[in-house]
Amino acid sequence: MPARAVNDFTIRVATVNGSGSQSSNLVLTNAIARLGVPVAPKNVFPSNIEGLPTWFDVRISALGYQCRARHFDVLVALNSATWQQDVAGVKSGGAVVHEEVFPCKGDTLREDLSYYAVPFTALAKEHFADKGDLRKYLMNMIYVGVLAQLLEIPLPTIEEALRTQFRAKAAAVELNMSAVRVGVEYAQQNLEKHDPWRVVPMSGKIDGLLFMEGNRAAALGCVMGGCTVAAWYPITPSSSLCEYFIQYCDRYRVDPETGNRSVAVVQAEDELAAAGIVFGAGWAGARAMTSTSGPGISLMAEYAGYGYFAEVPGVIFDVQRAGPSTGLPTRTMQGDVAFAYTLSHGDTKHIVLLPATVAEAYEFAMAAFDLAERFQTPVFVLSDLDLGMNPWLTPPLQYPESSFDRGKVLGADDLSSMKSWGRYRDVDKDGIGYRTLPGTNHPAAGFFTRGTGHDEEARYSELPDVWERNLDRLNRKTETARTAVPPPVVSEKKSTKVAILAYGTTHHAVVEARDFLRDAGVEVNYLRVRALPLPAEVAAFIKRHDRVYVVEQNRDGQLYGILRTELPTYLIGRLQSIRHYNGVPIDAHAIIDPLLEEQREPAVVAE
Amino acid sequence: MTANLNIIGLAREVYKGLPTTLCAGCGHNSITNHLIKALFEYGVEPHKLAKMSGIGCSSKTPAYFVEQAHGFNGLHGRMPSAATGAKLANRELVVLGISGDGDTASIGLGQYCHMIRRNVDCTYIVENNGCYGLTKGQFSATADVGSTQKGGKANEYSTIDVCGLAIELGATFVARSFSGDGKQLVPLLQAAFSHRGTAILDVISPCVTFNDHVGSTKSYAYVKEHDIVLHTADYIAGGREVTVDYEPGTVRDVELEDGAHVLLRKLDVDYDPTDESSALRTIHESRERGEFVTGLLYVDTHQQDLCAREHMVKQPLATLDEETLRIGREDWDKMMRPLAET
Repeated sequence: MPARAVNDFTIRVATVNGSGSQSSNLVLTNAIARLGVPVAPKNVFPSNIEGLPTWFDVRISALGYQCRARHFDVLVALNSATWQQDVAGVKSGGAVVHEEVFPCKGDTLREDLSYYAVPFTALAKEHFADKGDLRKYLMNMIYVGVLAQLLEIPLPTIEEALRTQFRAKAAAVELNMSAVRVGVEYAQQNLEKHDPWRVVPMSGKIDGLLFMEGNRAAALGCVMGGCTVAAWYPITPSSSLCEYFIQYCDRYRVDPETGNRSVAVVQAEDELAAAGIVFGAGWAGARAMTSTSGPGISLMAEYAGYGYFAEVPGVIFDVQRAGPSTGLPTRTMQGDVAFAYTLSHGDTKHIVLLPATVAEAYEFAMAAFDLAERFQTPVFVLSDLDLGMNPWLTPPLQYPESSFDRGKVLGADDLSSMKSWGRYRDVDKDGIGYRTLPGTNHPAAGFFTRGTGHDEEARYSELPDVWERNLDRLNRKTETARTAVPPPVVSEKKSTKVAILAYGTTHHAVVEARDFLRDAGVEVNYLRVRALPLPAEVAAFIKRHDRVYVVEQNRDGQLYGILRTELPTYLIGRLQSIRHYNGVPIDAHAIIDPLLEEQREPAVVAE
Repeated sequence: MTANLNIIGLAREVYKGLPTTLCAGCGHNSITNHLIKALFEYGVEPHKLAKMSGIGCSSKTPAYFVEQAHGFNGLHGRMPSAATGAKLANRELVVLGISGDGDTASIGLGQYCHMIRRNVDCTYIVENNGCYGLTKGQFSATADVGSTQKGGKANEYSTIDVCGLAIELGATFVARSFSGDGKQLVPLLQAAFSHRGTAILDVISPCVTFNDHVGSTKSYAYVKEHDIVLHTADYIAGGREVTVDYEPGTVRDVELEDGAHVLLRKLDVDYDPTDESSALRTIHESRERGEFVTGLLYVDTHQQDLCAREHMVKQPLATLDEETLRIGREDWDKMMRPLAET
């Protein structure tokens, strides 16, 4: 039996959306993790409520790889509409658990696969005829039982996972467990195992970890980061971020005695209004956020430019999905990086944070509020559907030890002790002025915030030198930001001059790709960008290498483009762009294959 | 109290702003003067005043009053959202939005509607001249059908009545007035400050440069001719005795949320501003006659504003600290137990 058959394979569950398979898939995922085996679930779902194909991949990886696997080895087939394509996709040597009535002939009967026919529908009818609407959910629990038997997952572990899933509600746990047992018993009596795939308990890899989606982590970051005003417009894949925020606020931001809430959440009429609420609140001194996806930031462009130019703090989460236009609302992409960086017309430039992990989704959410107030500007947090909506194994999120950084805000006492102040004077030479908040009880506190041209005293001005001076100061702020945003993470050995540069969730594919390449004799260094504007370390890193592969999940190489614009000319030729953009999360081979190709045949320099 | 100081001891001067940069004779300048008077007489604390506006001639006016106060000259048609955010951040602010007819009824119609739906506690003035001044005289969505541009071109598209629309959307305070009628506008403004919720004031404010000709239904001459004043208004601040003498049955006394009163002295007809359908009918019929009814068209003092509906703490959200806002350590640690969720 090949070694990789144990704790190193991927299960794909193919169902119809709306059929209630999510709980089953999460129970399966949780149970495998309870055996100490690293697991990475990826939900590949349609933009639809009921009736379209949906797939759930559970990658089991003893080495702890969390990116999508290109291939899958074990198929649970419950969707007749995709039966043919699902079977075609199974990696040679794989196993297929399928609804008994699906025909196995021609293309769907492959000699290199092991088949296990299970009469799921009939079993559910036989055992749960009286369960009404619950029957479909219970039918899905039957496959959990069949897999438990085939993959050797102990039943008590499944039961613990059910307890987690159903929050220890005894009746629900028992009912679902009975469905699991139906599957186990059917498999025991009717199926003879003749494939190599097994889950074997292990330790030392995921001890102490927990599952969390990036959107939940970001919501927690908003709570702990002191967000008090949230405005949003529902949009996949970002809706759950605000919904989790509301959930946490319902629990932790309500005075138990009065019922009064230390938060306000507005479901706005559109994303433009959501942004307006955020910048209105930021102007008046609250920590405010909105969460959205690509189409939403298109609408927010107008206020983003205002926030940049009038220098108003605000946090915008963009959980990226596949575009252009409505695109693929339920598929992932790193497609908004270039757009968000310069969102709005004219000379606009924003701070953009690029979390790669659940922990970073949380930490960067908190950091975003500090940066927004410190730099008095919009801060974008660019996550994506893969990070935002899939559960990931993560270390526990750390309780914040530092206080809020509220930035340069003058109170009435400060104003009394000053001879004069001007809102946009660059007193500290870092490009950041001192602001006052409405409500500050001092005759000198007020000023006129405007999106029109203004001088250091916030007075309207159309003078060329005033305008230019202001734009230069704003640029100084960007230069200061380079030193304050999360610095890149570097993994580097002196022995190689080849490197990968990536950001966000692409990281997880880079981790696996580097291991693979190392085994293939190609050592590759790695720099992970975590924010824009680019810190100086990025150029320094590129300078130390002959070739740097910029890997990202979009067609046009957006960060590659930003690097080409901002790097010194002599470094640009060292960059090579690797792009992945089919809507599903990038896998290691999307990096390995083109990189090895390039390494074998160095690019011909154009004359 | 010195005669020259208001109830919080400030001089009228404090309520003034920079010199206007609008055209001489612009209705907006009259409104600014009425606002200065109303803010002074009401005794708004300058540091608590948040002057919000969008883009256009009207939206420049926050620079021309209460210079000490904070101003937010935002985006075209998007001021209501910023005003909403500001009020949520600091509910102690007196939020005063100044908009125009293009800013409100054309580009900003969506935000206008949703501000009203949410009953954001603010005063929202539409300086309504039926045209775009800054871009030289194009029609706005409040231009009446048949009203002509300077060159003679008549508007063929139906007009948006921002008062009728507001009532339809559940507005809790809707008034219409004329920039030339300070006697009516000043008490209505003060009543708007007293009201808790969105107070809409549609003020017909002729554009002397682009819309003051024969053929325009928003010219000075036309408005003066067709202004049907429903009632005169007197504002009496909260805590003061209502001592005005009037014949029984000639005055309606509306008590506002802060204890202030607005006394509406009836003229030709007895108008009940708490009757929603009669308000809509009156607006509709006057429009059909080519007239403007002015006065307090509709008021409902029994609705909660946004902050109340959100059950917000009394303290401004902007001032809350880490201890109030963060989840406690014990709850946090429970949440971070291994494999507690999938």
